[in-house]
Amino acid sequence: MVENKTFLSRLFDVINVLILLLLAVSCLYPLWYTFCVSVSDKIAVSSGQVTMFPIGFNINSYKLVMGDAKFWNSFWISVQRVVFGTVFTMVVIIMMAYPLSKNKREYKPRNFMMWALIFCMLFNGGTIPWFITVKTYGLMNTMAALVLAGSVPVFNVILLMNFFRNLPSDLEEAASIDGAGPWRILWQIVVPCSVPVIATVVLFTSVGFWNEFFQGLVLMNSDDMYPLQTYIKQIVVQIPVGVTLTAEQYQQLNQNSNKALEAAKVFIAMIPMLIVYPFLQKYFVNGITLGAVKE
Amino acid sequence: MENNGQTAPKKIRKSLPVSFHYTLMTIPGFLWMIAFSIVPMVGILMAFQNYMPKKGWFGSEWVGLSNFTYLMSLGDVWNIVRNTLVIAIGKLVLNIVIPLVFAILLNEVKNVAFKKSVQTIVYLPHFISWVILANIVGNIFGFFGIFNSVYTAFGNEPKMWLTDPNLFQGFVIGTDVWKEFGYNAVVFLAALTGISPSLYEAAAIDGASRWQSIRNITLPALIPTVVLLTTLAMGNVLNAGFDQVFNMYSPMVYSTGDIIDTYVYRIGITNMQFSLATAVGLFKSVVSFTLITVSYVLAYKFADYTIF
Repeated sequence: MVENKTFLSRLFDVINVLILLLLAVSCLYPLWYTFCVSVSDKIAVSSGQVTMFPIGFNINSYKLVMGDAKFWNSFWISVQRVVFGTVFTMVVIIMMAYPLSKNKREYKPRNFMMWALIFCMLFNGGTIPWFITVKTYGLMNTMAALVLAGSVPVFNVILLMNFFRNLPSDLEEAASIDGAGPWRILWQIVVPCSVPVIATVVLFTSVGFWNEFFQGLVLMNSDDMYPLQTYIKQIVVQIPVGVTLTAEQYQQLNQNSNKALEAAKVFIAMIPMLIVYPFLQKYFVNGITLGAVKE
Repeated sequence: MENNGQTAPKKIRKSLPVSFHYTLMTIPGFLWMIAFSIVPMVGILMAFQNYMPKKGWFGSEWVGLSNFTYLMSLGDVWNIVRNTLVIAIGKLVLNIVIPLVFAILLNEVKNVAFKKSVQTIVYLPHFISWVILANIVGNIFGFFGIFNSVYTAFGNEPKMWLTDPNLFQGFVIGTDVWKEFGYNAVVFLAALTGISPSLYEAAAIDGASRWQSIRNITLPALIPTVVLLTTLAMGNVLNAGFDQVFNMYSPMVYSTGDIIDTYVYRIGITNMQFSLATAVGLFKSVVSFTLITVSYVLAYKFADYTIF
């Protein structure tokens, strides 16, 4: 590349790097801050002394969390939800996406099914009818609700379908001449050839299940069934419904809570996310550009 | 493939047409969809009923449009629609502009290692839930949080950032843009990788300044993406982001922070006025559906964009 370095151009480079650094720091700092708060002295935290580094380093908060049965119960529920939810979702949507990747000549109902899916992606009955439906099924307070209530992730079905569609058709033809049926072709040819897109969708799905809090909040009516995110939501200052606090009272309430302990819980809740992040990173760029835009 | 059945008549299973197996494959997915997407659509009936849980969707008393007229008579609704629009439109615009600027700035960096590191870091907040981020943001911007420490160091009075109704909307928009800018920039960065470096070289030889090459090479390459994203964003005009607002708001900021989705939650789930909440939800679903459909049609006509 031909360099054309005027003074202004150099100045721009310096300022540009500074801006980008600042943005990057702004994305990392909240995590670092949370970590610092979680290992700092309770009093130092509530008086706002913790900024860049821990003050009065100790791991009391983590010791407290370790002994907190409710926290680990919720953690375990989230783990189960991610595992069951991801496996179930992947099996179902892979099976759904494969026939849809055929054209109308190869599989007649394809277009109708496609429109039905798109309709369900764009239109929904709203929170309340959905809530009443799940309740009527008798799924309140069950793991099944945490896995199923979100319905089919249509966008991911489309992502898989588009990928399957672009696989060379010779592969399938060869397999079918050798006597493989559609099931065998799907699981032994199509799926192994689609590792990148499947990895993307697995990561999206599992992160989605891990981060979801709302279904846990409305569909679980006892806190021993709360997934971790719902649990975290509940430990944050609760204001009774219908009560309007003055700003001072609100501040007071805030002050009395143990911020260091809260931060430790929040930090632990982020750890699984941080562990899969490098993998996510690697795959999701594919994922988005495959589908052009994420819905 | 279709002659598969004819060439292998030995086994009965194989003689079934391939499309039969295809249908079998789609059944679990469609059952799942019917149970949790289609059946709830039937529940829209509640918006036109005085729904009683004991009587169900088909036994409750029909009341026509009275839920809607009652809602109109309540002052809150207009306020809530306005809050929703302000927050959603603010997000739509800035979630395109800021990632665009960010992508252009990043594109100007020559050092590959630095570029990659910045990219890796800025995606991170996208994958953290609002439950967690709202908690962290609440601590940073709380009355005794670090932000106020810095703010007061410049001789200002400390402020309550999250509980001030005048600041809340800006706050929600700002934190959402911060959370998503890295992720939203991905599409722009993908478009930028398609630009041939020889264009920049030719421009440099012709004596073009930095700014001139950005304006005449980088920007034009991004315009199709901007147009497409803007069109598709239309469908989100009533989507102010439930997860975020629900985790950040408090009764003190209801006047500016209450949006359609949080309102539905409070009157529906908390106060159990199912019919009213369904009516509000239906309004949102219908408007959003119309807008999304229009935007997809436009995107298809003018940008050849298809979802499938």
